[in-house]
Amino acid sequence: MACSAAAKIIHNPLLLSSSRSAEKSDSGCKILGPSSFLGSTSMSKKLVSVNKGVSRVSRRSANVVAVSSDVVKEKKLKSSSAASSLLITKEEGLVLYEDMVLGRFFEDMCAQMYYRGKMFGFVHLYNGQEAVSTGFIKFLKKEDCVVSTYRDHVHALSKGVPAREVMSELFGKTTGAAFTSKYKREVLKENCDEVTLAFFGDGTCNNGQFFECLNMAALWKLPIVFVVENNLWAIGMSHLRATSDPQIWKKGPAFGMPGVHVDGMDVLKVREVANEAIARARRGEGPTLVECETYRFRGHSLADPDELRDPAEKAHYATRDPITALKKYILENNLASEAELKAIEKKIDEVVEDAVEFADESPVPARSQLLENVFADPRGFGIGPDGKYRCEDPKFTEGTAQV
Amino acid sequence: MLKILRQKAGAARAVVLSSRNYSASAKQMTVREALNSALDEEMSADHRVFLMGEEVGEYQGAYKVTKGLLQKYGPERVVDTPITEAGFTGIGVGAAYYGLRPVVEFMTFNFAMQAIDHIINSAAKTNYMSSGNISVPVVFRGPNGAAAGVGAQHSQCYAAWYGAIPGLKVLSPYSSEDARGLLKAAIRDPDPVVFLENELLYGESFPVSEEVLDAGFSTPIGKAKAAEILAKDGIDAEVINLRSIRPLDRSTINASVRKTNRLVTVEEGFPQHGVGAEICASIVEDSLVISTLQSRGSLGQMSQCRMLLTLNEWLFRRL
Repeated sequence: MACSAAAKIIHNPLLLSSSRSAEKSDSGCKILGPSSFLGSTSMSKKLVSVNKGVSRVSRRSANVVAVSSDVVKEKKLKSSSAASSLLITKEEGLVLYEDMVLGRFFEDMCAQMYYRGKMFGFVHLYNGQEAVSTGFIKFLKKEDCVVSTYRDHVHALSKGVPAREVMSELFGKTTGAAFTSKYKREVLKENCDEVTLAFFGDGTCNNGQFFECLNMAALWKLPIVFVVENNLWAIGMSHLRATSDPQIWKKGPAFGMPGVHVDGMDVLKVREVANEAIARARRGEGPTLVECETYRFRGHSLADPDELRDPAEKAHYATRDPITALKKYILENNLASEAELKAIEKKIDEVVEDAVEFADESPVPARSQLLENVFADPRGFGIGPDGKYRCEDPKFTEGTAQV
Repeated sequence: MLKILRQKAGAARAVVLSSRNYSASAKQMTVREALNSALDEEMSADHRVFLMGEEVGEYQGAYKVTKGLLQKYGPERVVDTPITEAGFTGIGVGAAYYGLRPVVEFMTFNFAMQAIDHIINSAAKTNYMSSGNISVPVVFRGPNGAAAGVGAQHSQCYAAWYGAIPGLKVLSPYSSEDARGLLKAAIRDPDPVVFLENELLYGESFPVSEEVLDAGFSTPIGKAKAAEILAKDGIDAEVINLRSIRPLDRSTINASVRKTNRLVTVEEGFPQHGVGAEICASIVEDSLVISTLQSRGSLGQMSQCRMLLTLNEWLFRRL
């Protein structure tokens, strides 16, 4: 897999210190993806900027394919398959396709359920960003951890949480899975090569805590990969309006870890970067900051009218749909037939329908659930009027208030 | 749910207090409109007032409370911030030190925990620590408490937390009139004010009188209001709308309890160390007479001033 064209980093026009960055990037530049995949290699196209106060929004460079800082030693990127020029085998391709389709169909079903009143509160959908979740999480073992935000249904699905449990959780039924993963912060122990992936958005990257995490992770060489799902929008706040230097990957080297930018609409490119970053963490070399340029097709949540995003921008990214792109790659390279892909889609349809049925039929939690799992040691509820621990009373979880 | 007390014959007196204007021309106003109009009027009256927060400008407010204000006052006075509560709260408090009057919006008060060091240490304590040289006329506002199923981390009520801090004024409006009057008073106030709204009330409509609609209207801070009575099924109860958590209107509460000899407190915060607990403590200090001299006399006093269970509701059920 040769990188024929020299990559040119076209800097964001808003960047002030472009000369400094140019110097740094050129010396550390590494192309991490082939030029044969997907629309993002249409190098000459830049997004059209539109007026009315949202103009700055659209000026995102589509030319940066993958860049890494010079903190990472220049390594020849091994081809994933020495024998063929393809990036994936048929089996891998089908696994990736199925995972992304599951994510997409599940999210679409969530929207339907929300409009039918079966889900409530806020629902944040992941449509458009599937390549990031699939690209990274499919490399993980069962013991590895994923830490995410509210936009995490698909992270859970990619990691192997059954669709039934995710749907149940969203319906608020007793059969839902707990949605937190443990956050590992110890130094690598002997024979322990578990890795943590932390997923978060562009909005987070302006928060002080983000920088604190980068510092500590690099300082202690924690086995973590920071995955920034930069979809350009934090609710209605454009990344470019909120950030002094919008290129998030550059914040990694400031803390002594490699910062990588990758096209997040292209699952194969994401996989390349993910493979390297996760392997680094497993070897004990410390954290990596990966900025995935991606896009959410729907609003921030189902309650978001999504009026501020330019339709031209949405249309542009719709042409870069990661599922369509992978399908095209699979078919063009004869990895599988149209019929096999259709069979996968049908199977996923059934899985998602089944998940909804299961969730519908699951029981609503009893009122006593309010007092369960508040403490791991329920003696934390104290001593009751009879002098014994409250939790020892068998009727304790019914609560004291009469309603 | 609120448990209504049965009236004991002769023990309680019905007090009829009407706070609603029943004239046919009474205008209806939602709490959202009330807040929006209060901000608008205060911003036009005093050029030092400016808004800061996430999505307050171009998005027209995460809950549309600041709708239209960016268009009217421009981005210098309606500032969209990145997601950095600690950062922009610090900037707001600093601006208040130097004589501006910021209104800092938190998308919910749960997120204000990221900035609580600035609210308490930088804002509340500064007038005291500077011996009166630096007053901090900042308003922190946003939705507080439960919404419609948004989970444990987005549903907490912070009235008790902020209510404990000397140097802070803490307000909790209910109706549109409360919202308008108290927000105006808060913005004009020279001290830091924590203004606890509620997302579920934003869409609720209340009648407002002409007086309330006047641009000069404001409600004094620290006065509770007797709200309408519940005159159904033979129940007579004085309902007190506190409105102000700090300062707490202890005299109104105590006067009412002495009259009726009964008390129910209702809040959505956690019961221990809560606002209801503080109200009970206030009753004990100001109204409860414990006599140890005559055993019968003391029992009589105690039974007449029975304090009932503080009823608190956990309004969020799904995690």
